[in-house]
Amino acid sequence: MSKVLPLTGNEAGAEAMRQIAPDVVAAYPITPQTELMHRFADYVADGVVPTELILVESEHSAMSACVGASAAGARVMTATSSQGMALMWEILYIAAALRQPIVMPLVNRALSAPINIHCDHSDSMGARDTGWIQLYCENCQEVYDNVVQAVKIAEDKDVLLPVMVCYDGFILSHTVERVEVLEDHEVKEFIGPYVADRPLLDLDHPVTYGPLDLQDYYFEHKRQEAEAMRNCKPVIQRVAGEYELLSGRKYGPFDEYFTQDAEHIMVCLGSAAGTAKAAVDELRDAGEKVGLLKLRVFRPFPAEELIAALSHAKGIAVMDRADGVNSIGGPVFSEIRAAVYGHSSAKISNYIYGLGGRDIDIDMMKSVFQDMKDGKYAEQAYYIGVRE
Amino acid sequence: MPEKGWRELPIGGKILQGGNSVEYETGSWRTYRPVVDKAKCINCMRCWLLCPDSAIYAEGEEMAGYDYMHCKGCGICEEICPVDAIEMVLESEKDKIPADERGVKAIEEAREKAK
Amino acid sequence: MAIKLKELSHRESRVAPGHRACAGCGSIIAIKEVLMAVEQPVVISFATGCLEVATTIFPYSAWRVPYIHCAFENSAAVMSGVEAAYLSLKKQGKLPGESGNKDIKFIAFGGDGGTYDIGFQALSGAMERGHDMLYVCYDNQAYMNTGIQRSGSTPRGAATSTSPAGRVIPGKTQFRKDLTKIMAAHDIPYVAQSTPDRWRDLMTKVQKAMEIKGPKFLNILSSCFRGWRCEPQESLEVTNLAVETRFWPLYEVENGKWKLNYKPKKHVPIEEWMKLQRRFQHILKPQNKHLLEEIQRDIDRRWDELLFLCGEEAGPKPEQS
Repeated sequence: MSKVLPLTGNEAGAEAMRQIAPDVVAAYPITPQTELMHRFADYVADGVVPTELILVESEHSAMSACVGASAAGARVMTATSSQGMALMWEILYIAAALRQPIVMPLVNRALSAPINIHCDHSDSMGARDTGWIQLYCENCQEVYDNVVQAVKIAEDKDVLLPVMVCYDGFILSHTVERVEVLEDHEVKEFIGPYVADRPLLDLDHPVTYGPLDLQDYYFEHKRQEAEAMRNCKPVIQRVAGEYELLSGRKYGPFDEYFTQDAEHIMVCLGSAAGTAKAAVDELRDAGEKVGLLKLRVFRPFPAEELIAALSHAKGIAVMDRADGVNSIGGPVFSEIRAAVYGHSSAKISNYIYGLGGRDIDIDMMKSVFQDMKDGKYAEQAYYIGVRE
Repeated sequence: MPEKGWRELPIGGKILQGGNSVEYETGSWRTYRPVVDKAKCINCMRCWLLCPDSAIYAEGEEMAGYDYMHCKGCGICEEICPVDAIEMVLESEKDKIPADERGVKAIEEAREKAK
Repeated sequence: MAIKLKELSHRESRVAPGHRACAGCGSIIAIKEVLMAVEQPVVISFATGCLEVATTIFPYSAWRVPYIHCAFENSAAVMSGVEAAYLSLKKQGKLPGESGNKDIKFIAFGGDGGTYDIGFQALSGAMERGHDMLYVCYDNQAYMNTGIQRSGSTPRGAATSTSPAGRVIPGKTQFRKDLTKIMAAHDIPYVAQSTPDRWRDLMTKVQKAMEIKGPKFLNILSSCFRGWRCEPQESLEVTNLAVETRFWPLYEVENGKWKLNYKPKKHVPIEEWMKLQRRFQHILKPQNKHLLEEIQRDIDRRWDELLFLCGEEAGPKPEQS
């Protein structure tokens, strides 16, 4: 039995956290993540959750405390945005490499400078190689669903990697939507109890965490981590299947929207997918063979599945809400192009959009499809929505 | 310890047997070897406490000699001994000193445990 | 309760032999004493540094207690998380094995770099939040692990790799930060400083800290013969002289009450401490006499302040002045 609530993205994240009831949460305030923690702090203050909430003095310490608590044997969560995650950077790698299944809602916000509090993906895209699993959300329902699934993915014995659930700052975090939530007991049974692997607090077996690993062992440990990321794929799929049985909502590595017979396919992630779907609807009504592929899982990168879904297209336009500042294009583009290389004769171009919260509308999305129809492709990214 | 492949190692770089550094010999670092004259020793246990290498044996509240498999020969014990019962002897003259059978055995046991 | 070494000698050192610290390392003696003084089960964290590196070269660990190292600046923050996990799991009855029935102690360690400098914010935050933990700084007055660079704890005049005694600049030009006083200003239940050569003082302080609920801070001056340019066997003597010259007074602040634990019988000039260490050899040259005097004045001033805080009578003054 599920119920429907009017929730913002942050409230949907907080609702999922209430039901997960993590043992420890460590957090530091940053816009636009703040309201998630306000609501969660209410749950702690009211004794609704047994969580120890550590209100640290920086995000660096937030992630450090999460690593300590997770190693100790606790189920652990935090949440952050932008500069906050940038300050965590060093510890993001350590959390993943120490194989701590921490779950973190990441409310996407542009990185300074200039300082800006609105959405783009420069924060999470910069962290794409930290060893964290990354799930992206289109709407508040997906925020809720992905946070719940993230716990089960992270804690799988074949995975044991941290997960960030990325959703667009303000666009989702502060927008009220209709969200179906599960019953508390359903979430509890779905995620199950957390049994840590050789926790620090097991006094009978004193374990050393985080030793110095030199030329003779470091490579082997990194190889293990790479394998864990590979192992994620079937686990994410299995968890999605179980979640569908419970919720009736279907999840995969990505969503396909009229792609199967499409000549021109747009790839995007996050809330812009909703706008892109509206553009596809209008163009389909006009008889154009266009489609949208919305990425949900960016890490592990679903290359094989993407090849199967994209290789028939004549043209692919990849939308990036983060600039690689590398004179070529954004991170999603680089990876999609690398994945389909040798598997498709499709032409691929890249659009950088929405930096610092700049809106993208249906007409802009349609203009991207028009470019493909006109055979307009470029080696370097196009900037869409910026004043020339 | 034979170097294991990535599939065999515990994940996350954890060392599951805390204290297994016993398996690693540091006795070869020594230039000078401490030798105790038990006739002079008053078993104050200061050397036992202050040895940076935990390389002094304690038995029945008495100083019971050295773990030469690990003692690095720093000379702190000689320096702090209140009754001058400890002497640092050049390693090249170590033939005068009995072997540390207990230390050898401890390392063998630790290695066996690791298997 | 008085520390009796014979009784303690029944305990196994929680630092196993086979670690790779330098022969005669003063810091590992300090840590060994700290852990020897703790009767209860203990979980420890370490900041990146000499001892972290020397004790945990994979696949060997010298720690017979649960240990975690995460990064350089976050030993206190990591331990905050461990302690919070303990509280949470304990109240939910989810601690593993027999751990649920035990009163576990938490100790975070860091060197002076990881404590005075890069880890200061994490330390200050953890103490303010009131976690039930002891933070121990093993202060050897420079970044020894990376090759003896100056830190916020390096005393004025000391030559390090990044504050060398040059033709124009005679070693470090700034005075050290008084971290123990800064921690006392956090108004936490217990703050103290000690040295490993004063093992009875050090271990008594640790035992006292273990009996106090809440955040505790212990600053231990521990020598590094490589960085201080002295002899390995002098590791303990050199910190003994730091106490006798009043460079490193032994004191504690318990619930806001300052107490001097040791008052040297006579005024031993600071050069007696410096003479043992070649990092100060340039300071002892005639052309730098003014520097030596300035350093001595600073020590005397800090000592008088401490006496005042501890409600003590002024001590003996230098003979010539």
